Amino acid sequence: MLTVRGISRSFGDHRVLDEVSFDVKPGRMTGFLGANGSGKTTTMRIVLGVLAAHGGSVSWQGKPVTGQNRPQFGYMPEERGLYPKMKVREQITWLGRLHGVDRTVAQRNTDQLLDDLELTDRANDRLEQLSLGNQQRVQIAAALVHDPDVLILDEPFSGLDPIAVETVLDVLRKRAANGVPVLFSSHQLAIVERLCDDVVIISKGRIAANGSREELRRTHAGDRYEIVVAEDAGWIRDVPGTTLLELDGPRAVFESEPQRVLKAALERGEVRSFTPVVPTLDEIFKEVI
Amino acid sequence: MARASFAQATWLVAEREMKTFVSTKGFWIGFVATIVGLFALTVLPTVFGDDDPKVAAVGSAVQAVQGKQLDVREVADVQAAADLVRADEVKAAIVPDGSGIKVLALNDPPNDVIRQLVASPPVELLEASAVNSGQRFVTVLVFGLVFLMFGMGGAAIAQSTVTEKQTRIVEILVSTVPVRALLAGKILGHTILTLCQVVVLALAAPIALRVAGLAELLAVVVPALGWFVPFLMLGFVLISSMWAVAGALVSRQEDLGSTMGLVMLAVMGPYFGVQFFFDNPAVLAVMSFVPFTAGVAMPVRMFAQQAQPWEALVSLGLLAATVVVILLVASRLYTGSLLQTGARVKLSRAWAPAE
Repeated sequence: MLTVRGISRSFGDHRVLDEVSFDVKPGRMTGFLGANGSGKTTTMRIVLGVLAAHGGSVSWQGKPVTGQNRPQFGYMPEERGLYPKMKVREQITWLGRLHGVDRTVAQRNTDQLLDDLELTDRANDRLEQLSLGNQQRVQIAAALVHDPDVLILDEPFSGLDPIAVETVLDVLRKRAANGVPVLFSSHQLAIVERLCDDVVIISKGRIAANGSREELRRTHAGDRYEIVVAEDAGWIRDVPGTTLLELDGPRAVFESEPQRVLKAALERGEVRSFTPVVPTLDEIFKEVI
Repeated sequence: MARASFAQATWLVAEREMKTFVSTKGFWIGFVATIVGLFALTVLPTVFGDDDPKVAAVGSAVQAVQGKQLDVREVADVQAAADLVRADEVKAAIVPDGSGIKVLALNDPPNDVIRQLVASPPVELLEASAVNSGQRFVTVLVFGLVFLMFGMGGAAIAQSTVTEKQTRIVEILVSTVPVRALLAGKILGHTILTLCQVVVLALAAPIALRVAGLAELLAVVVPALGWFVPFLMLGFVLISSMWAVAGALVSRQEDLGSTMGLVMLAVMGPYFGVQFFFDNPAVLAVMSFVPFTAGVAMPVRMFAQQAQPWEALVSLGLLAATVVVILLVASRLYTGSLLQTGARVKLSRAWAPAE
């Protein structure tokens, strides 16, 4: 497990991170959400040792993260960058070796990744000859070539078309399924909603919400329910202790003690559907930040 | 747990630097130009070298010029000889003058001709040298140019550092290997490349001398080359660590010019210094102990047989010590500035302990 505890960081007088703590659990995709300038990238750079923290600690499997165990991390920085004039396959293999993987393994991993990411036919092109989307995929390969124990990806899906998103997603899910903790930031809430197991929401340098996706939804669900009956549902506003939030013919959304409304509805006739209303990540996000 | 050792990381960086640099056109153009230049400098003077001066001789004067190193053309009378001089067909005319001879020339006394006609007193050199000043000049020129070329070639280190900063791959690199391994790898890679080129040049130089018919100079040139190579290599490490810092201080190729000045000075300094002062033994002696100029000055003194081997060893030791100090300073500046992006990093900020 990757553990971030109480990290803070200031740039001059501006406090960018304030006591940030969260965990990234093995085998789970953890989405890292926050508005622009909320501290996502700063947090990731501190975890990777690219930036020093002004307090707090980052540990992996209970040991502080240092130059010793950091080569085991896979990192995709927010500002993409690889050598423009180096050939794709050569570059990925080289980065793998720099992470301590021996040449044959690095080559094998590179070929596998290029295949998974559908880049095999571009393997011997220089990076600068590829489209931006393809360069982005190469960047993913660069983060994965050494079979990292931990993955930290800053906006891995930005700049990818929907098909490329799926390709990259498959590759990342495979890693998570093998027990690798994956932390990725994104501002595309729909994607995060669909694929993350855990969510960490950061706002103005502080953790605003943190937990599994389901847990967060439950916590933020409140007492909101949706009911669909056979005829007009307008009578619900007369049930004691109930607030009617939306009414659309036979469909109604309300806040109340649910069993009382359900009982009343069944006495009146058919109930076609009755469900708690689960907020989307988008709603939770707007609520907490 | 897999992790590249410092040495492995350094070597991987060095290997990449070498591959990248060797695959650029500029590298090969520079290298070939140097070899061609070396041959041109050595061989051409012999090809176009001084032929015997052409003179015209009249009547009894012919006897006086026989057996001298002159290209003699016999003419009928003084008038014809004077015409040839005026037409610039010959450099001078030797004509009878009473019982002796007289030299006719256009507007300057033809010293090289006169020297052939007078009996020189015997000359004894108190400090005989195997090399004349002309040969020394060529050596200064060649050593200086080679130093200049390789010194400037070190700018590739600055460029590669800026490329890494500009593309931000530096974030991946520093999260993977120690910054010192990056610096060491760059310097090592370019030093190896330079060494290979120097070896090729050092092998080509004796060939060029033989082609030029100057084989007798070999005995002097080879030991001087033997001194030049270690001086050049240490000098290169010194300068390349400065190039690396120059690169780390800026974030874009366009800004590189603003930090390169000092390094250029360190490269040009020895070149011009030795060119200007090679005939001034005192200044040359001082320069041969100053680490930045020693790279050219000391081998030149060794070539001119003005310095003892112990002097060269002391100078080499001083240079090596300076290299160590500069490397330590450079390593701190490099670490302090590598991750700073945006405007040019001030030296004081690069030096400051990491926040």
